[in-house]
Amino acid sequence: MTVNTCTAADVARKVIEKKELFILDVRNSDAFEDWKIEGQKFEYLNIPYFELLDGVEEILPKIPTDKDVLIVCAKEGSSIMIAEMLSDEGLDVCYLVGGMKSWSMYLEPIKVGELPNCGEIYQFVRLGKGCLSYMVVTDGEAALIDAVRFTEVFTNFAHEKGVEIKHVFDTHLHADHISGGRTIATATGAKYYLPKADATEVVFEYTELADGLTVKLGSSKIDVGALYSPGHTIGSTSLVVDGQYLFTGDILFIDSIGRPDLAGLAEDWVGDLRETLYRRYRDLAEDLIVHPSHFMNIDELNEDGTVAKRLGDLFVENHGLNIEEEDEFRTLVTENLPPQPNAYQEIRRVNMGKITPDNEAQTEMEIGPNRCAVR
Amino acid sequence: MLKADIKLDAKGLACPMPIVKTKKAMADLVDGEILEVQATDKGSKADLAAWARNIGHQYIGTIEENEILYHYIRKCSNDINVEKIFEYTISNEEITERPGVILDVREEVEYAFGHIEGAISIPFGELDARLKELDMDNEIYVICRTGKRSNMAAQKLANAGFDKVYNVLPGMTAWTGELTKNI
Repeated sequence: MTVNTCTAADVARKVIEKKELFILDVRNSDAFEDWKIEGQKFEYLNIPYFELLDGVEEILPKIPTDKDVLIVCAKEGSSIMIAEMLSDEGLDVCYLVGGMKSWSMYLEPIKVGELPNCGEIYQFVRLGKGCLSYMVVTDGEAALIDAVRFTEVFTNFAHEKGVEIKHVFDTHLHADHISGGRTIATATGAKYYLPKADATEVVFEYTELADGLTVKLGSSKIDVGALYSPGHTIGSTSLVVDGQYLFTGDILFIDSIGRPDLAGLAEDWVGDLRETLYRRYRDLAEDLIVHPSHFMNIDELNEDGTVAKRLGDLFVENHGLNIEEEDEFRTLVTENLPPQPNAYQEIRRVNMGKITPDNEAQTEMEIGPNRCAVR
Repeated sequence: MLKADIKLDAKGLACPMPIVKTKKAMADLVDGEILEVQATDKGSKADLAAWARNIGHQYIGTIEENEILYHYIRKCSNDINVEKIFEYTISNEEITERPGVILDVREEVEYAFGHIEGAISIPFGELDARLKELDMDNEIYVICRTGKRSNMAAQKLANAGFDKVYNVLPGMTAWTGELTKNI
């Protein structure tokens, strides 16, 4: 049998189309438990490659022959070895090209909204990390929101669409992933916006993303408006596009809310978070479609692979928006916090422009799941 | 660098090769010997530790120097027969309250990655040659990782005429006090 290859894009299609897949993950158990490829109909077997050096006979009965089998490791070397061993035993398997590293980097662009005069909104789903970036496209111009560091994906996409990137927004100073915003702005001549309160330590020029700021995009003059919504960070600012779409950054997700502690100030910011979620957002139109900058869980994906929901529905369904008592809310967001994301302090320093690690080092920093939310 | 019986150069190799090579190299070691694996693959640390735990070898620790990882593993097989049990033993807790000296007979590398402050280091294999470094007038508490090497060392000392010797049980694996490191 030959060993087949499977790319991150192939796996992404299986996730979005809810296909079946059997994943043999040969990384060590700690790495697997911390972070794996999530799919609603995926099955898993985790056996570290170093337990299979003497042969794969023992695991053969555990591997199905009636569904696709994908071998996964950190970078790909071990998965190739194990895939070859299984192939020698007569199994038809494939390995993930580039391993979890490439999975972590893969972006799937999906159309999530329409604007007047053929305008469109695209969501770039980073399935491996749970990051969501957005491109608002109108006649001739584009705006980017919370772009991740694979900047060419965005610049190429803009080129394909025949639009010029004019505005690049970061809703806050990110702690879980490295922003591509500044790099894209520099490369395209776009304006780069960041909330001032998050930018006290940054070492580069930026345009202040202030409450009430409005920019007009394209000849259709699509409104992109800023709404101060602190709590995840002190500067966190949401964006409202065309009065239809609400980009919440890391303040409000589909099934969870932002955590207030990644800049070390959970106790101080919990009040801001409450104010944003229970008062500022309540004043908005319930028909706004919420587009967060993360998802935590594969169940938050809609049928078509997008992550979006009506604000009014979130007021009903999202547990974090339905806690009556302030004290209970305070307890939830300060005491039930998940572990902090890998290398989050270093990542913040990169996003401030204080350190500029090479690509390899940036990949290492971003390994693992994002953990920006509390449920 | 720390002392190792065999050194394996796995620098520049990507996963899975550091582990594959380590496994092969391990076959050439005698029980109790130390292998130093030099690697540049960052993932090798977690994988080597997990591999060693799985096989039953002792992963001692890793030092990073100039982007190179130096992993230390001690070959263990679990079927060492303890032929004779040294009759005088003492607990981990008791030795901190007694006036004698602690003799750590583990390998130099194991000692370097963590030992009881003030413990004298003489690896078991060097004990015969270095007996004169010990004072017969002191009580001597012999410790190793699990009590096996110290058991043999205590007998050796007794045979050499030391009459205030104790084997410390359960040994460093169960040590909960402070550890001093030389790395």
